[in-house]
Amino acid sequence: MDLLNAIVVLLNFVVIPAASYGAQLALGALGVTLIYGILRFSNFAHGDTMAFGTAIVILVTWAMQAAGIGLGPLPTALLALPFGIAATAALVLATDRVVYRFYRRQKAAPVILVIVSMGVMFVMNGVTRFMIGVDEIRFEDGARFLINATEFRKMTGLKEGLAFKTSQALTIVTAVIVVAALFWFLNRTRTGKSMRAYSDNEDLALLSGINPERVVAVTWIIAAGLAVIAGTLYGLDKAFKPFNYFQLLLPVFASAIVGGLGNPLGAIAGGFLIAFSEVGLTYAWKKVATYVLPESLAPDGLLQILSTDYKFAVSFALLVVVLLFKPTGLFKGKAV
Amino acid sequence: MKKLLTATALIALSAGAGMAEDVKIGIILGFTGPLESITPAMAAGAELAIKEVNDSGKFMGGSTVTPVRADSTCIDAAAAQAAAERLITTDGVKAIMGADCSGVTGAILANVAKPNGIVMISPSATSPGLTTVEDDGLFFRTAPSDARQGEIIAEVLKDRGINSVAISYTNNDYGKGLADAIAAAVEAMGGTVTISAAHEDGKADYSAEIGALASAGGDALIVAGYVDQGGSGIIQAALDTGAFSTFVLPDGMYGTVLEEKFGSMLDGSFGTVPGTDSPGGSTFLELAAANGLDGTASYAPESYDAAALIMLAMQAAGSTESKDFKDKVMDVANAPGEPIYPGELGKALELLAAGQDIDYVGASAVELIGPGEAAGSYREYEFKDGKITTVGYR
Repeated sequence: MDLLNAIVVLLNFVVIPAASYGAQLALGALGVTLIYGILRFSNFAHGDTMAFGTAIVILVTWAMQAAGIGLGPLPTALLALPFGIAATAALVLATDRVVYRFYRRQKAAPVILVIVSMGVMFVMNGVTRFMIGVDEIRFEDGARFLINATEFRKMTGLKEGLAFKTSQALTIVTAVIVVAALFWFLNRTRTGKSMRAYSDNEDLALLSGINPERVVAVTWIIAAGLAVIAGTLYGLDKAFKPFNYFQLLLPVFASAIVGGLGNPLGAIAGGFLIAFSEVGLTYAWKKVATYVLPESLAPDGLLQILSTDYKFAVSFALLVVVLLFKPTGLFKGKAV
Repeated sequence: MKKLLTATALIALSAGAGMAEDVKIGIILGFTGPLESITPAMAAGAELAIKEVNDSGKFMGGSTVTPVRADSTCIDAAAAQAAAERLITTDGVKAIMGADCSGVTGAILANVAKPNGIVMISPSATSPGLTTVEDDGLFFRTAPSDARQGEIIAEVLKDRGINSVAISYTNNDYGKGLADAIAAAVEAMGGTVTISAAHEDGKADYSAEIGALASAGGDALIVAGYVDQGGSGIIQAALDTGAFSTFVLPDGMYGTVLEEKFGSMLDGSFGTVPGTDSPGGSTFLELAAANGLDGTASYAPESYDAAALIMLAMQAAGSTESKDFKDKVMDVANAPGEPIYPGELGKALELLAAGQDIDYVGASAVELIGPGEAAGSYREYEFKDGKITTVGYR
């Protein structure tokens, strides 16, 4: 019984939150890694692309709610997602046409493109805030819980409750579907293969007749799709606030780099690694230990390795360690 | 020779006037700085009490009181000390109503008021640090210390039979001070604080913070934060994971927003917020309105009370010298004696002149405890059927 309680506590406070957070990071990191692999620069505007897309999704969600359209137990935002992706894809394609293409033609160094993306980031920042404001917005509707903590306690007779939010389940399921679809696209379709070829060797790809503008456009559209899905899931699970998406940029980049920039598999592994380390290292293990250990060994302290204030420091420490010992990331990515 | 003559004439004049004199009281508040929006109402509150005393004509055998304003800036200790120094040496004030912010109040007390032996009554400095400060019996305040709310909460917890609590506080001076005060009070009453951890305001996700709090455990979670900031996020995360179901919500968490956000999910949670059911509060509102002043302004009632206490103590001591009347402040503020409400200062002066005791209640239900600070009245509230309901006053 005690062991069961320990498992439930672990699931409730570590595994489920970290898994859904990891899925959100992985989706974000996939977008970053894709841009890095194909367009060859770190896109600092990714966090604000997520914010912009989510803002559009929220606006469409409100319109749908007003019109009485819903998905029953699922959040209405899922229906609004395609609209958000379309608008965001249009925005990033326009940005590419106006800004990035100029520097690409100049064959500008990656570091210049990074700084350019920072400029784009500030513009998107402003556009999003102008559109929807700076306040925290909750746009989740439908059933809030798959498993409710109090009901779980009653049902099983255990001392500990287990909560599993709809948004968390949705995040994990969506992430699996999106990742599967992306890998199928990159490995099986003609366009996907041409993208990989372009990424591996640009000159060779051009010689074999691959249209670079097409590859770039498809990359932007996929990155926009990933960003909006990640942003919407994050917003559903937590809350939408433009500034938080800007902050999310740090763990997203940490995930992509730890996994190996330019390597999609690495981005996913990196996302989960960062999420589980952040939650695991800042969690107070006292309760779990009390259940598992015999009474004589029960701990007095909290068994918390780091205070929760240091959550972001964990991603950076991990980043530094990986870069010191394996500069290309856990899965072989391009050199940073 | 001429000087001597003038001096002699002056002495003769003042002797001729008998006891009647013009007493100056300094009003030192942050008329510029972070509190500049509320200090005009505070000063007007103090001046209202002075006007009332002057109009009665019963103060110290017909003496009058003149207020002298000075700027404490709220944050610049050097400027505040210079202003206070000027009040005492140049204007010759006999007592000081102020200062407003805890930092400058402490500085003025230590470097100006104490060396000069001048009584200070602050209407709004709430730092627990001022309770233990070395003051030679010269410093009082009509605002309660934040430590007081800690004690009140500990009492409420004890009355409700809750023995172990976890504390989550917003990471600033207010949150930390209040959390420390609550922890000290709870432990003094034999309860346990399982954990006291900070949370940052304005984050999207508090599940990590709740994980640590839940692991430490406790019968209730005290959220010493802001209702419009991280405090609500903490409650949300705790409810979602089923970590806590009873919350204790101090003044920063009081707000009807909670009713809208959580409704009946908060049933059984409770908290405290400053408030009084004393009739003095409403009397002061009427009095203020009649004099063109907004009585609901923060600390305006406390300012009225601070000025009134100074003048009543002078009357009781029969002297305007701080060293004489400093011991009378506690006497006039507390029982026994005839209770005095706003607008009854004339009556109070009469009673004191006749040698009778008074118990000044005033606008904010003044009751000075310990080293001369307001006991502070708090309203205990709880959530019932998703609505905030008043349980009682403490």
